[in-house]
Amino acid sequence: MKTYLLSIYQPEGPPPAPEALEPVMTELAAIAQDMQDAGAFVFSAGLCPPSAATVIRARDGDVLLTDGPFLESKEFVGGFTVITAPDLDAALKWGERMAAATTLPVEVRPFQT
Amino acid sequence: MQDAFTVASAKWPAEGVPPSPAGWIITTARHRAVDRLRRESVRAAKEAEAAMLVPSSPAEEETDQLRLIFTCCHPALAQKAQVALTLRLLGGLSTPEIARAFLVPEPTMAQRIVRAKGKIRDAGIPYRVPGDAELPGRLRPVLAVLYLIFNAGYAAATGPTLTRDDLCAEAVRLTRLLARLMPGEPEVQGLLALQLLILARRPARTTVDGAMIRLADQDRSRWDAALIAEGQRIVRECVRNGQPGPYQLQAAINAVHSAAPSVTATDWPAVVQLYDQLMALAPSPVVALNRAVAVAEVSGPAAALPLVEALDLGQYHLFHAVRADLLRRLGRAEEAAAAYTRAAELTGNAAEVAFLRQARELTSPSSPDHP
Repeated sequence: MKTYLLSIYQPEGPPPAPEALEPVMTELAAIAQDMQDAGAFVFSAGLCPPSAATVIRARDGDVLLTDGPFLESKEFVGGFTVITAPDLDAALKWGERMAAATTLPVEVRPFQT
Repeated sequence: MQDAFTVASAKWPAEGVPPSPAGWIITTARHRAVDRLRRESVRAAKEAEAAMLVPSSPAEEETDQLRLIFTCCHPALAQKAQVALTLRLLGGLSTPEIARAFLVPEPTMAQRIVRAKGKIRDAGIPYRVPGDAELPGRLRPVLAVLYLIFNAGYAAATGPTLTRDDLCAEAVRLTRLLARLMPGEPEVQGLLALQLLILARRPARTTVDGAMIRLADQDRSRWDAALIAEGQRIVRECVRNGQPGPYQLQAAINAVHSAAPSVTATDWPAVVQLYDQLMALAPSPVVALNRAVAVAEVSGPAAALPLVEALDLGQYHLFHAVRADLLRRLGRAEEAAAAYTRAAELTGNAAEVAFLRQARELTSPSSPDHP
């Protein structure tokens, strides 16, 4: 079994209207339930926008804090799910469902073993 | 890749089932359902058979090769990586040979292969033949890679080099292997037929100095009759099979061209009909361009020119070459010459540049050939 990080990338800007967002969230919840049932689910979370982030740099005992994300970018990780899967094909199947539900790109990245 | 200039004669092979282009489309849906059931039962039987054999039997080895092809061509790998891995792991070419074939520095190619192997290992790309549900989607990149390798070998720069000849041979060998391992997949057969029919014309395609000869001007006695016969046999079977696809249709078009003993009237309406089907299944501006060439033969260059000019292919040298030829035939010599110039600017192939320059010379208003 391998472990994979599935990251949903969303564009910066206001979130979709509730009536657009709700069916997406419902579908994502259904996918998460299927993952649980299949024994594939490890963890998942939605993230606050990059404006809520803080970057730490430590050097020579000094700590520097910066307000905002590390990478200034038009797209950022909006949420992620960690799963286990026997191989990439299985992981991609979960990722495809998430991509279809959100209409957003989903990055599938393996954990180091 | 086909020769854009196609004034050729061909008669559909007299023996066998005559083409029924419209019939292919109509029966496709019906046959697909039947074929799915048939394939599933064949597959189960084969797996049972394979399980009974000792590990290192030829059948096991062939299944291994099938697994390897699908792994090398996994869609999670970039196409360049798919091509490099296929040639390295299945083609048995060395990394320097592959680098030379694709005009890439050796360290770049070496790194490409190392990265691809690393991706397979780290991401867990499985080593298996895809299940029936995934197969159509997974077969597409395999066929695309095999055709790409074939084209890299066929459309070589001036004169054939040993490496480029190897590429064509490798592509055909791997396609034959795939055709043998997947007898129920008509598009694999179609790709094989397409490669054989194109390859058959290779001995007539260049002069001893490596200059390019158009299909219309080729010495057909130099065409490889055995390859043509085999290609046409496969195409006839595909027509009988009634599950058309893009590679089968391209093969059928080449079969019409390759069946001609001499340059007399081609069955151009059949060629146009086949292109109509190809546009229905796999539309693209390049297919539309090739169709326009055939339309010019049926309905004249005036009918074809607007079809060509409607296409968004400004960066494709054959677009300008086809446009040039049509303009020339319409007596618009200056515009034709300009188009030939543009075409020559856009191709990196020395033989094609030479050909296009010569065509421009013959077209120019000051040329004695100009009316």
